[in-house]
Amino acid sequence: MRISPVTDCGSFSSFDLIALLSVARLRLWRRPRVKPGATARVSATVLSRLLIALIITIAAALGTTSAAPAQTRDKLTIGITQFPSTLNPIIDSMLVKSYILAMARRQISIFGHDWEAMCQLCTELATFDNGRAEAFDVVDKAGKPTGEKGVRTRFTLRGDAFWGDGVPVTTRDIVFTWKVGKHPETGVADYRSFQDILDIEVHDEKSFTVVNRKLDYRYYAMGGFQPLPAHLEEKAFVVPKEYRNRTLYETDPTNPGLYNGPYRITEVVPGSHIVLSRNAQWRGTAPAFNEIQVRTIEKTAALEANLLSGAIDYIAGEAGLSLDQALAFERRHGDDYDVVYKPGLIYEHLDLMLDNPILADLPVRRALIQAIDRQAISDQLFAGKQPVAHSGVHPLDWTHSEEIRKYDYAPDKARALLDDAGWSDIRNGVRHNAAGEKLALEIMTTAGNRVRELVEQVLQDYWKAVGIEARIRNQPARVLFGETISKRQFTGLAMFAWLSAPESLPRTTLHSNFIPSPANSWAGQNYTGFNDPEMDSLIDAIEIELDRDKRGALWKRVQQIYADRLPAIPLYFRADGFILPKWLKGVRPTGHMYTTTNWVEEWRVE
Amino acid sequence: MIGFILTRAAQSAFVLLVMSFIIYVLLGLMPGDPIDLMIGADPNVTTADITRLKALQGLDQPLLDRYAAWLANALKGDFGYSRLFAKPVLEVLGPRLLNSLVLMAISLALALMVAIPAGIHAARRPGSWTDQAINLLCFAGVSVPPFWLALLLILLFAVSLGALPASGMQTIGDGGLLDRVRYMILPTLTLSAAGIAGYTRHTRAAMIEVLREDYIRTARAKGLAERRVVWRHALRNALLPVVTIAALDFGSLFSGALITETMFSWLGMGKTIYDAVMGNDYNLALVGLLLATGVTLVANILADIVYAWLDPRISYRVERGS
Repeated sequence: MRISPVTDCGSFSSFDLIALLSVARLRLWRRPRVKPGATARVSATVLSRLLIALIITIAAALGTTSAAPAQTRDKLTIGITQFPSTLNPIIDSMLVKSYILAMARRQISIFGHDWEAMCQLCTELATFDNGRAEAFDVVDKAGKPTGEKGVRTRFTLRGDAFWGDGVPVTTRDIVFTWKVGKHPETGVADYRSFQDILDIEVHDEKSFTVVNRKLDYRYYAMGGFQPLPAHLEEKAFVVPKEYRNRTLYETDPTNPGLYNGPYRITEVVPGSHIVLSRNAQWRGTAPAFNEIQVRTIEKTAALEANLLSGAIDYIAGEAGLSLDQALAFERRHGDDYDVVYKPGLIYEHLDLMLDNPILADLPVRRALIQAIDRQAISDQLFAGKQPVAHSGVHPLDWTHSEEIRKYDYAPDKARALLDDAGWSDIRNGVRHNAAGEKLALEIMTTAGNRVRELVEQVLQDYWKAVGIEARIRNQPARVLFGETISKRQFTGLAMFAWLSAPESLPRTTLHSNFIPSPANSWAGQNYTGFNDPEMDSLIDAIEIELDRDKRGALWKRVQQIYADRLPAIPLYFRADGFILPKWLKGVRPTGHMYTTTNWVEEWRVE
Repeated sequence: MIGFILTRAAQSAFVLLVMSFIIYVLLGLMPGDPIDLMIGADPNVTTADITRLKALQGLDQPLLDRYAAWLANALKGDFGYSRLFAKPVLEVLGPRLLNSLVLMAISLALALMVAIPAGIHAARRPGSWTDQAINLLCFAGVSVPPFWLALLLILLFAVSLGALPASGMQTIGDGGLLDRVRYMILPTLTLSAAGIAGYTRHTRAAMIEVLREDYIRTARAKGLAERRVVWRHALRNALLPVVTIAALDFGSLFSGALITETMFSWLGMGKTIYDAVMGNDYNLALVGLLLATGVTLVANILADIVYAWLDPRISYRVERGS
């Protein structure tokens, strides 16, 4: 076990210095013998000696160690662009944290490669068919039925699940995690999902029943429930408000007892790297590598250079190069690496501010989408790797429907729609209505995001061709998301992406109860202000519909309304580019938020 | 001199207090607090969650109340926790301060070691081919953006030659002196380039000016060796402006170099402060910026003392009225 806090900068001992100097054979400070009038030569001599000293020092450093650390195949070095702010699995959700922890920790259940739920720590999902689930009527404190249905789901933990210190994963851990998660002072953002659990009934060390106040379509799994080791973490939870800072994942992150996956974390240097070593207590398939190093290199140019120099073996698709960078890399070095693309659940779109009278008019919204050639954008800018979106539901999601309105590139139709909508007076290439108002809209996205800014300019050009003026006003991400979008201060179009899960209900983005306003402290993500009673009722209905076929029909209608009413302009589903060494096999991108590292024990060297 | 130092120390403490207020208020006025950012990232956050989380982090209090609470704790030595690192801010900043200090001090030393002799050499023969060559290199050094130079160095030494690591601070599992030196070479060269150019230009200009002074002519007329004239009489006077600039640059030893640190994944102060500001980590950003301010103030006091040492005519004795 090693832990290297960054305070350990290495000590430049006198011994080291003497050794270095003797290697370099420096005689810097010998007084030069100078004849009168030869000052220019003196300074030249001093300068040249200093430069020689510098060169010798560099040469010594270069010569004494090999060029790049030799990468043996029992070790894998992965490059990513972010460092997790915490390693505690239930505090803050962060993709890079999930990426790293998935190698060292297992959850009760996740989504698999086929986008269906599957067990990790449990033995079987709880369904009505296998008798592990049963519905019940929820009662209030007085014992009267509330008219709502709850569900009891029984799970059994795998017998071979152990923490890294040899202690088995038991129901004690499940109950403890629930207590931590539901406590309002621990700072868990999504603590409502823990609060929805009324009780956890413990049957024995491995079996328990979750009593949930809500019966919804996701009842059969425990997605997002990540057991904490009670035998280690209970002390940190004595003062719940302090838990965030006292959790061993912060204070002692290399404690083997914190991990129950194929690997355990053995070294953490915040901001720099994390080292994972094999977990001796892992009873599943043995992983191929003795050690996995995850290095954080924020600049993608430096990340590429590290890959090419051999300092890292693999750039993770989940948190590595953007698609255009991966495509450029493939063009230059495609023969030496396997570059794999996977379109995922990152839905890139333009939110439309429906409070704006121009955008409140449906024909204008349809004209906007028909005036742009999204397929050409995908083909030209992303080599066709990012499929055009027609709604927010990914084609790989079982709820996806093809029976919806689709908008092909049709600038003539767009012009006709605008004419019909009263924007027929064209002056200086821009449409005006009868009142003399200009058809001008503001488009915003994250400043500095090169790809989005490029797409924005292309869109601006398309719209200009049909007489719509699009003014670009970009903002840094923290301002755009922290204020402008979240408080509905954008006036026209806002380009950004949603990251979701398979069969993720769009309640917060499309239900009218989730339009952010001062009254609800700006909660919710229905930034467009979309308000459609049928959509609201469909969302409510899907949540409690357990029959898959009936739910599928409801989902189809949701997508139809979305495509008809266009609260947003769908652009495409973003793809990740995985840059793999040719000898690394078994890395299978999923396209959803459960990362490739959930199957790290299947990675092989060939 | 002691009176002068005490007066300047008191003034510096006052400046720090004012700066803490200004920085705190500016950070507080930035659009979006940590919870606002969380709302944008987490689709499940509700109104109740927002209220609870803001109360937990004290963000439901007025800005001035929050500043007063922070100041009261800071005066007791408690600078709070970093939201991004979930650690006390001093625990986060300490190691990074050291990393920045090592990198920047070596870069500054290297820059001065090269720039002063080069500046003197150029000043001795203004207009000569060596002077023109040095000037050309100086303009190049000042003009080349650090990120571009960094990329060139990485491509040459790490990718093409494979001789040096592209980024990082040490080989994982190694960490010996020579290993660390290898990791330090490219960022040091990147940082030194602009410094060498700047200091060379300043030294050259100051030396040309000083070498025209009467006392230099007198020294030469007295038959002093040219080396003594240049290094002892001329350089000592010419160093005054260089010391002023070096004192200002000294503050950057602690505030770090954002671009170079990012390019080379060097865990220093510049990147930490930037991340803290962008991540709404108020405590970390505030203490980091105050640290940089404090060190700059100290450096300026030291520069004033060095002035007196370099030029005995400068006196800080307080004149009393009769």
